Amino acid sequence: MSASVLFDTPGPRTRRRVWIGSIVAALALLALAAAVAGRLAAQGQFAAAKWAPLYDPSDPTFATVWSFLRGGLVNTLQAAGLAMALSLAVGTLLAVTRVTAAPTWRWLVVGLIELLRGIPVVMLIFFAARVLPEIGIDLSLLWYLVLGLTAYNAVIIAEIVRAGLASLPRGQAEAAYAVGLTPAQTLRLVLLPQAFRVMLPALISQLVVVLKDTSLGFIISYEELLRRGQIAIQTLQNPLQTFLTIGMIFVAVNYSLSTLAEFVDRRLGRVRAGTVTGGEDAEVVQPPEPSRLGG
Amino acid sequence: MDVILDNLGLYRDGFLKTLQICLYAATGALALGTVLAGMRVSPVPPLRWVGSTWVTVFRNCPLTVVLFFVAFGLPEIGINGAYFWFGITGLVIYTAAFVCEAVRSGINAVPTGQAEAARAIGLTFDQSLRHVVLPQAFRTIVPPLGSVIIAMIKNSAIVGAFGVGDDLFSVGDTLTSARGEAALPVLTGVILGYLALTLPAGGLLAVLERKTAIAR
Repeated sequence: MSASVLFDTPGPRTRRRVWIGSIVAALALLALAAAVAGRLAAQGQFAAAKWAPLYDPSDPTFATVWSFLRGGLVNTLQAAGLAMALSLAVGTLLAVTRVTAAPTWRWLVVGLIELLRGIPVVMLIFFAARVLPEIGIDLSLLWYLVLGLTAYNAVIIAEIVRAGLASLPRGQAEAAYAVGLTPAQTLRLVLLPQAFRVMLPALISQLVVVLKDTSLGFIISYEELLRRGQIAIQTLQNPLQTFLTIGMIFVAVNYSLSTLAEFVDRRLGRVRAGTVTGGEDAEVVQPPEPSRLGG
Repeated sequence: MDVILDNLGLYRDGFLKTLQICLYAATGALALGTVLAGMRVSPVPPLRWVGSTWVTVFRNCPLTVVLFFVAFGLPEIGINGAYFWFGITGLVIYTAAFVCEAVRSGINAVPTGQAEAARAIGLTFDQSLRHVVLPQAFRTIVPPLGSVIIAMIKNSAIVGAFGVGDDLFSVGDTLTSARGEAALPVLTGVILGYLALTLPAGGLLAVLERKTAIAR
């Protein structure tokens, strides 16, 4: 443990106490785990029949189950990818409108953003699935899910983009105007590319949120990973094992994305001039001649 | 809009149920999240591991999967109860991970020099924690903690979608599916109900943020 605001560097007596504490805590945790495992074993949750379809390749249903779940994962990724791409497009448009528009318009955009941020995403998905068919827009389940997710995430991305634009030095826009670029060209060629670069970690983190929220597709019966899991359970009769497996898949995918976001953040932190992100990697050596982005 | 007025009682009950879920879950998540944050910054390694594993797992796992796991898992280890409580348990387990991160980041944001100065003038561990570190940490925690709670209010709709019964989301589901009412007015009413919770919460948070802001 590096220098903590809470504790001094421990001396020999404290170290001994920490050791004793560790052993007691570890024993307590093991006892808890053993109690839970005992109860589960008594309920027959460790029976091979419950696990084999998921973890034993020699089981006759193994291949079928996994190809079924893999299809669900593909559907999940497809919905998340589409929702993310659409959110990015709509969110950028909203942010640009908010930054450039006349005050009357800006008020509208701000109102829309605040409103959509206050509505549960599951409600928006449900709304899309129920209301759109009613007014004669018949789409596939995938698109109801994507539209619901987009409505929710576009406004969040709009805020991220706005923060990214605000973080750029004023001189960037001034220089662009000085060389004769129009406001639209300035945004497209100078400001947005730099803003996206700054925002990349936040955008990847948002992708994790989108990916988690695709699992709400089960409410409108879109066959993403979780819904497929539910269907599989009806024949396999092993809810705990299947949900555990699906949870692990989600955690693995999202944890990789979070790690990627941190990695990108560190890389950008090193390039960005003058700003040190601090935290655990505060000792990262700054380049001797800090190169300001774009000149 | 007649359908909203005709079922005003149903909407009111749903709103109160959602409010109830949110109050229970917020209390539980704040308590559990603070304990987890305490574990994460404690000097005892096994406790730190529990804290960080909890955060990694539940921040990356969809709430839906957590809810399913709670609803199917707890009865297997002999804990039975109404689905209402399972829903709240799932929401608490999930939200606590985010509360933990908010609290921990607040503690980490206090510069080490503050605690060093407190010790230098002879304050004991308890005193430096109570008078120096925690008051500063709490102020930093307010904005992220507020966002976590507002997100939790919105997530309570997912608990409702599982069929807790009679909460705001279920009202929309009942009226559109079971009674075949037109979805647009019904769901607009439900959305207004959620906005009546989240918008004031957001406003309250903004006020709190202004009051507790510190220059650093």
